[in-house]
Amino acid sequence: MTIEFIILSLIGLTAYSFFIGRKKALALSSLKNVTVHSQPYYHGLYSALITIFPAFILLILWSWIESSIFSINLREYFKDIADPAVADFYILGVINFAGGIDEKAINHVNFMSAVNYYESTMQMNLVLKAIVIIILTLMVSRYSLKLIAADFKARDLVEIIIIRVMKYASIFAIVITIGIVLSLLFETIRFFESVAVTEFLFGTHWSPQMSIREGQVGSSGSFGAVPVFTGTLLISFIAMLVAGPIGLFSAIYLSQYASINVRLFAKPIIEVLAGIPTVVYGFFAVITVGPFFREMGIFFNIDGFSSESALIAGSVLGIMIIPFVASLTDDALSAVPQSLKEGSLAMGATLSETTTRVIIPASFHGIAGSFLLAFSRAIGETMIVVMAAGFAANLTANPFNAVTTVTVQIVGLLTGDQEFDSPKTLSAFALAFVLFFLTLILNIISLTIVKKYREEYE
Amino acid sequence: MNSIIKRNQREKRFKFYGILAVATAILLLVILLFKIFSTGISAFNQTYIGVKIQIQVNSDISNLDPRRELRRNIRTMFPDVKTRSEKKNLYSLFSNGAYYEFEEMLDNYNGEKIDGYYYFLASDDLDMYFKGTVKRKGNSAGRIQPSQMKYIDMFENMNLIELKYNKYLLGSSDSREPELAGILGAIYGSFYAILIAFITSFPLGILTAIYLEKLASKNRFSDIIETNINNLAAVPSIVFGLLGLAIFLNFFDLPRSASLVGGLTLGLMTLPTIVIASRSAIKSVPPSIEEASIGLGSSKIQTIFNFSLPLAMPGILTGTIIGMARAIGETAPLLMIGMVAFIVDIPSGPMDAATALPVQIYLWQDSPERAFVERTSAAIMVLLLFLFLLNITAVYLRKKLEKKW
Repeated sequence: MTIEFIILSLIGLTAYSFFIGRKKALALSSLKNVTVHSQPYYHGLYSALITIFPAFILLILWSWIESSIFSINLREYFKDIADPAVADFYILGVINFAGGIDEKAINHVNFMSAVNYYESTMQMNLVLKAIVIIILTLMVSRYSLKLIAADFKARDLVEIIIIRVMKYASIFAIVITIGIVLSLLFETIRFFESVAVTEFLFGTHWSPQMSIREGQVGSSGSFGAVPVFTGTLLISFIAMLVAGPIGLFSAIYLSQYASINVRLFAKPIIEVLAGIPTVVYGFFAVITVGPFFREMGIFFNIDGFSSESALIAGSVLGIMIIPFVASLTDDALSAVPQSLKEGSLAMGATLSETTTRVIIPASFHGIAGSFLLAFSRAIGETMIVVMAAGFAANLTANPFNAVTTVTVQIVGLLTGDQEFDSPKTLSAFALAFVLFFLTLILNIISLTIVKKYREEYE
Repeated sequence: MNSIIKRNQREKRFKFYGILAVATAILLLVILLFKIFSTGISAFNQTYIGVKIQIQVNSDISNLDPRRELRRNIRTMFPDVKTRSEKKNLYSLFSNGAYYEFEEMLDNYNGEKIDGYYYFLASDDLDMYFKGTVKRKGNSAGRIQPSQMKYIDMFENMNLIELKYNKYLLGSSDSREPELAGILGAIYGSFYAILIAFITSFPLGILTAIYLEKLASKNRFSDIIETNINNLAAVPSIVFGLLGLAIFLNFFDLPRSASLVGGLTLGLMTLPTIVIASRSAIKSVPPSIEEASIGLGSSKIQTIFNFSLPLAMPGILTGTIIGMARAIGETAPLLMIGMVAFIVDIPSGPMDAATALPVQIYLWQDSPERAFVERTSAAIMVLLLFLFLLNITAVYLRKKLEKKW
């Protein structure tokens, strides 16, 4: 008796409801003097939906309740263990051992009796679960088949169910956002219980590594995130210095000067840059751009040129966001009414004068929006900086020095072993919280600007 | 007059900047791809060393230790190798994989006489030297010592070092030894993750899109959902990783490193893309068709499922494929949910611990061995090939199924 058996029999019963319901409705509609409201297919569908729904809910509820009851009962066996985390570990060991996942028994007096208890009750529970759920489903199925009658509005009911499902699906998007905010918020609040908000936002020393022995120098770790923020801004700024001009001028050339054929050829190629995974850019930074800049550094005799310098990460990040700037700016430029452009050309202005003095001012909002969006993309980008930028937080504006970013810190703090009660791990959530809100605000501003501007010419 | 010339010069200069920008962007792409391909192409071949193997007719091989037996065969080729350190240097030219290959050969032994040169996998250091990645300096090359170089020269003089197809790269899973490392496990992990991502985000995305486009009345509520989805599409992917970590791992207690969790996280990340693409596809279905359906007595839901949705399907599929392509290349959220472990086994299902292809690339580029550089590039080539195929499918679908109204 397994969970697969229950699920398979549920599917079987649902199919049974569908076909019998349809058959019954079909028989009904072939009678003389009877007009059936809905097609047989809808009657079948309604029966099937009604059949599966309560069983499905019950299955989930039961599984949820059973696991909590089991862990409470199992805890009785490990009463002597004071630390609840260790007891939880033992309980997990019992479940894994009984399930055959883990072959090694844990050395504890009550371990085997706990396993025996778990195995016997689990088996009984499964049988009981199967019987209850299958009987319930059979009853519901019979009930739903009884409902079928000429004036039964099966189609309307099915449609109501479908609409409701769609509505919940669309609410799910909000649930994701709430999930993001809450999951970040809880850990952030826990972080601020041990570190002051002001220290985090205005402190200039970031070294989250805690020493193992107490009383060691710097054992508390320090969480002044200013160097992390400035590092992020420095790298994103360098990226914009690369992507801004290239993206802007590409967009101008492709939308104003290029022939249709050049446009059809060049535009998709630039877009390919956006489709390349960021881990590939990171590797490119490590094997090509890094060595290239290092040699330039030696050639020009630049002091303190770091192999993890902001310049390397920033310029590769810039390559990645070229297509964002280019395509969004292109959209903005193309949205300017043709009449404005033609008017300027007719007055004798050259195309470059028209572009700089008429088209760009007219599409300024759109271009600004695209730059903001690209900037927010640069701030949130992870892999390139993880691979090309450093982990040490230096408070500097020198592009040749190594700096770190918010995303690098999050990855560094959360990969590897985690303890969820140390400020070190929790600080990653606080950083992510800042990152989320920063990008959110940038996105909202840029989307509003672009939308408002678009309406201007419509 | 002077000013006209100046203005024309300025015009030319401006146009030149535009051409320069486009050319720079294209050039950067070409450099990137060229660098990856030129580094990675050599990883599809691997260095093998020929060893003279002699087994008599109907030998009893059941008690043979493959490691000792292969070493004995190698030693018979070099009768003057006597001391321990000499032997060690000679054996170190071979990979551990050579012994497995020999074991396999013994397993297939059918009693016939074996006498001839058979090729066995070389170590990564020799591989790098033979491919020319590590240059020879006097009698050493990279990590190869003069004492080892002696034997390499002997093998080379006998023409016994050869490049053969690297069956490990596409046929095996990760390994600490570069010459044995492959991406098959990572491909499986990626496959399961994308499958799960598709299963979660595709139906949800379509249902949301239909609701927002066709059923929701224009009010505050639908406005909030719409803004929310647009903003979700621009949330950094690493934040979705933290969401996955907090919800799926810490709250629901799903197994760490499993591709199930990776897939769910990627699914949440792709959902907004699919919704936005599906909405614009549904919007582009001409209202006249829907009105005709309504006019003939269909209900709104019947119209949607019989006409709007099938007609919008090419657009929806194109958007979904592009979203999935982005999810395949995504690394950061997978790092957050622990898919970065060193995993030797090929996962047999979405609940098993696994890595994904981009994560494998990330792990390899971090390895100190020189031989991992070309393998990283080769893994990137495979990843780019997948993405290329997906995008070609999307373009083909759009071309083939698109109707001009």
